[in-house]
Amino acid sequence: MDILSLFPAWLLEQGPAFVIVLPLLMGAITAILPSRTSAWWVSLIVTLLCTVTAFGLLLQVYSEGTSVYTMGGWDPPHGISLVIDALSAPVLFLIAAMAVVTIIYAMPATIAEIEPKKRAPFYAAFLLCFAGLMGMVVTGDAFNVFVFLEVSSISTYALVAMGAARDRRALAAAYNYLILGSIGATFFVIGLGFMFMETGTLNMADMSNILADLDGGSRVAKVGFGFIIIGLGLKLAMFPLHTWLPGAYAYAPTKVTVFLASTATKAALYLLFRFTFTVFDPSFDYVMIVLKYLLIGVGVVGMIFASLQAIFQTDARRILAYSSVAQVGYMLLGLGLATAAGIAAGYLHLLNHAIIKGGLFLAMGAFWYRFGITRVDDFNGLSKTMPWTMGAFMISGLSLIGVPFTAGFVSKVNLTVAAADKGWWWAVAVIVVTSVLAIIYIGRILLAAYFGSPPQIDGEVAERNEAPLMMLVPMWALALLSIAIGSNVFGLGDDFVMASERAAALLLGSGG
Amino acid sequence: MFSVVFEQYNYAVVIILMMTGLYVVFASRNLIKKLVGLSIFQTSVFLLYITIGKVAGGQPPIIVDSHGGDHASLEPVLVAAAGGKDAAGYAGASDVLYSNPLPHVLILTAIVVGVATLAIGLSLVVRIREVYGTIEEDGINALDYRYNLEGTED
Repeated sequence: MDILSLFPAWLLEQGPAFVIVLPLLMGAITAILPSRTSAWWVSLIVTLLCTVTAFGLLLQVYSEGTSVYTMGGWDPPHGISLVIDALSAPVLFLIAAMAVVTIIYAMPATIAEIEPKKRAPFYAAFLLCFAGLMGMVVTGDAFNVFVFLEVSSISTYALVAMGAARDRRALAAAYNYLILGSIGATFFVIGLGFMFMETGTLNMADMSNILADLDGGSRVAKVGFGFIIIGLGLKLAMFPLHTWLPGAYAYAPTKVTVFLASTATKAALYLLFRFTFTVFDPSFDYVMIVLKYLLIGVGVVGMIFASLQAIFQTDARRILAYSSVAQVGYMLLGLGLATAAGIAAGYLHLLNHAIIKGGLFLAMGAFWYRFGITRVDDFNGLSKTMPWTMGAFMISGLSLIGVPFTAGFVSKVNLTVAAADKGWWWAVAVIVVTSVLAIIYIGRILLAAYFGSPPQIDGEVAERNEAPLMMLVPMWALALLSIAIGSNVFGLGDDFVMASERAAALLLGSGG
Repeated sequence: MFSVVFEQYNYAVVIILMMTGLYVVFASRNLIKKLVGLSIFQTSVFLLYITIGKVAGGQPPIIVDSHGGDHASLEPVLVAAAGGKDAAGYAGASDVLYSNPLPHVLILTAIVVGVATLAIGLSLVVRIREVYGTIEEDGINALDYRYNLEGTED
């Protein structure tokens, strides 16, 4: 491939370590930088470099296949390995690209939301969180996953709490997130303890081989699997373990919400894909039971309940937060189908939803930035006062609903077809019903914005007050990307579908 | 039945601590007490790992060659050290109760993670006390409820 040859060989060779070490080191340095402008530049350059590297690794996977990087030259299973394959590379690129989008947007948003002396530490925490997420995705060592999970989580608690300057409820939300997040991580590490007891290894590939030899392993492995699923379920906001999410998304600083909504739960979902299909295997009966009854059950119930809850929220950011919980249900449904088409659709929805929700929360942040509003009642006439921002919001909103020619449509149709192929018509019905519910909750916001009249401030009608360019560009980039995927402009739609099919093929190919 | 519990009392301790911690997290309404519960819960996991770090008949995994050399010949030693499925069958096995260093190292990492979580949690509680004037969950909820209704703080 031509583009691949543009990347220097050392970058591709050292890339898996580079994308973790660079933000980790620069995060520490950013914390002591004197001015916030330099901290912003450092963050931007770091995330851009990581995105370029992740893109190179993605192309490399598609042309040369899976690559394994051994830390310090110690071969697995005794050393720690970093694995770049068709499952991890797209998520890695997604996280890096969303970090760049967030950082660009953070420049104006930070000035409004975070007091001057906390701005450099903010970027430091952001880079640490970013490093943790990248680490979670590339690592091939199960205990390493726990460490990176906690690196990203602990910095996320701090990031969410920084919303306190705007709304004090951010503190209570961050505290709740900390308690539930720590319980989730601890459950995960208990599960790993049992897996270590059963297999005597922590390397995922090795663990998978030993489990296959043991034909799924004894009761210890089953218990370990249960703990791992619940731990990851808390992290990815699987219904009914999602209670930390609405508060954290609604009261965190706006750009933190953008980043969390589009990457943090996605990285945890990636781990769920990884653990259920490559470390464990659906051919073990206990894994199949969990997929078929637990994940599909909570997925479907979550889709319906969270969508209903979204309809009754007054705060627009909470609407989107509950909608995120509902969308996780779609991904769990795809995963639980355990067919190539189902997994591909779930994985595609994971990628698409990150783009859609990122776009929506970016617009939501811009509304707050200009007018200080988050309640749906205050959105009246926003199409006249902020037409461009509202336009981007509408496109992403339609994509969330699943209107044709948008990204959301592609993944929902694929998921529907996958469910129908398996003969699960009730699942098709649930997908359609929850899409109708999405029309209601997104429609409420759009109705107020497009058909309400702008509010009167001191007798004067509010004037047009568009968001700054640095907010509009990321927002429109994501909105247009969503259309490009849905309408297959430049073959982007096909690329995304291809990426998800390759990921599904990888998951079903190993050990199955 | 009780003999099982007494023979494997270390697991009983782990389970009791785990359940105590989890119960305290969910049952108490005081933010500090919740963090105490969380710490107890995490500590139980440390004990679980230390427990599984004891391998009957294991051997220290001393690698004579420099790394990058032939690891294959060392495989039985490493497996025995890790307490893997083949550990019992390893010819060089002794009858000593050997401590596998790996779980201990893992737990060192987990302890650091636990300390960091506790530090962040306590500093959040300090900030909550400053802003809300209470560290009781009910009080905070009541204040937030009033804030939602009236749109003003205090």
